[in-house]
Amino acid sequence: MKKCINEMKLSFSAVSENEAFSRACVSSFTALLDPYISELAELKTAVSEAVTNCIVHAYRGQQRGTVWIHMRLYSDRRVYIKIRDKGCGIDDIDRAMQPLFTTAPEEERAGLGFAVMESFTDRLRVRSSRQRGTTVVMEKTLSEKEKDGYTDLQDTAAGGRELRAGTSLC
Amino acid sequence: MSVELKLVADKLTAYLSGDIDHHTAAAMRTEIDHALRTNNIKILTLDFSRVTFMDSSGIGLVMGRQKLAAELGGRCRVADPPAYISKVMKISGIGRLCEIIDTRAPVRTGPRRDAAAGGEEE
Repeated sequence: MKKCINEMKLSFSAVSENEAFSRACVSSFTALLDPYISELAELKTAVSEAVTNCIVHAYRGQQRGTVWIHMRLYSDRRVYIKIRDKGCGIDDIDRAMQPLFTTAPEEERAGLGFAVMESFTDRLRVRSSRQRGTTVVMEKTLSEKEKDGYTDLQDTAAGGRELRAGTSLC
Repeated sequence: MSVELKLVADKLTAYLSGDIDHHTAAAMRTEIDHALRTNNIKILTLDFSRVTFMDSSGIGLVMGRQKLAAELGGRCRVADPPAYISKVMKISGIGRLCEIIDTRAPVRTGPRRDAAAGGEEE
C-alpha cells in the first residue's frame, strides 16, 4: 500500500454556486502533484458531476444541506476523492448509473453524471441508503513525471504536445 | 459565463463562454430560448470555442435546444468544441442527435503562398 502524502477535507453548502468552488478546490489541491492539464480537466468534470448530484438530487426540496469532500494524494500519484451528502439517498444504484437515466428531466439533466465519473476516473464506488445519504468514491492515478528533461510536455493523441498544469501556474 | 447572440436572417449563433455547469446552464438556456421563440430560426449554432469547462449539464443544454429548435421547425448544431469538451460530447453520443461542425480555417501546409502576403500565383 502506497503512502498518503497529503490530505484535505472540505464541507460547503449544497447550493449551485458551489459547483465551481468545489472544482477550483479539487483542482488546486491536485495541482500539487503537477498533473497534465487533460488529467486535471477529467478530474474536475467528474467532481462537478458528483457535487451537482448532491445539489440537484440529494437535497431536493430541502431548505439546506451540506456536501463533504475528502481528498488524499498518494506517493504513487493516486488521487482519492470521496464526495458525501446526507440527503435522500438513491433507491436503486444500478438503475441510477444507467446512462440517460434521470429523475430530473425538467431541469434538463442528461442522465450522464455517473457515466462521466466512470469514464474520467480509474475507479468509482457508490454507497447509498435511503434518507441517510450517498457516498461516491473516485480514484485516479496520474501519469508519471518524466525524468529526461521533458517534464512539461506530453504527446497528445492529436499529435501535439501538452503542458503540465503546474507549468502554467509558476 | 455569458452568451453572445448573433442573428443573421434565419440563422442564430450563440457564442457561449466560460464554464458550463448546472448553475450557469440555466441562465444560458433562458437567453437562447427567448431568442429562439421570438425569431423564426432555421439553424441554431451553439459555438463552444470559448467554453473553458463543461460537465454533462452542457449535454443537457444541447439536447434541450435541439428539441426546442426542432419543435419550432429548425435544427441545432454545435461548433468548435475544445478537446476536453469533445471528450464529454463523445461519451454522451450527442453527435447522433445534432451535427458537430468545425468552422476554424484549416492550417495550410503546402508550398502555396498567399497572394495577399506578396506571393504571385501562376
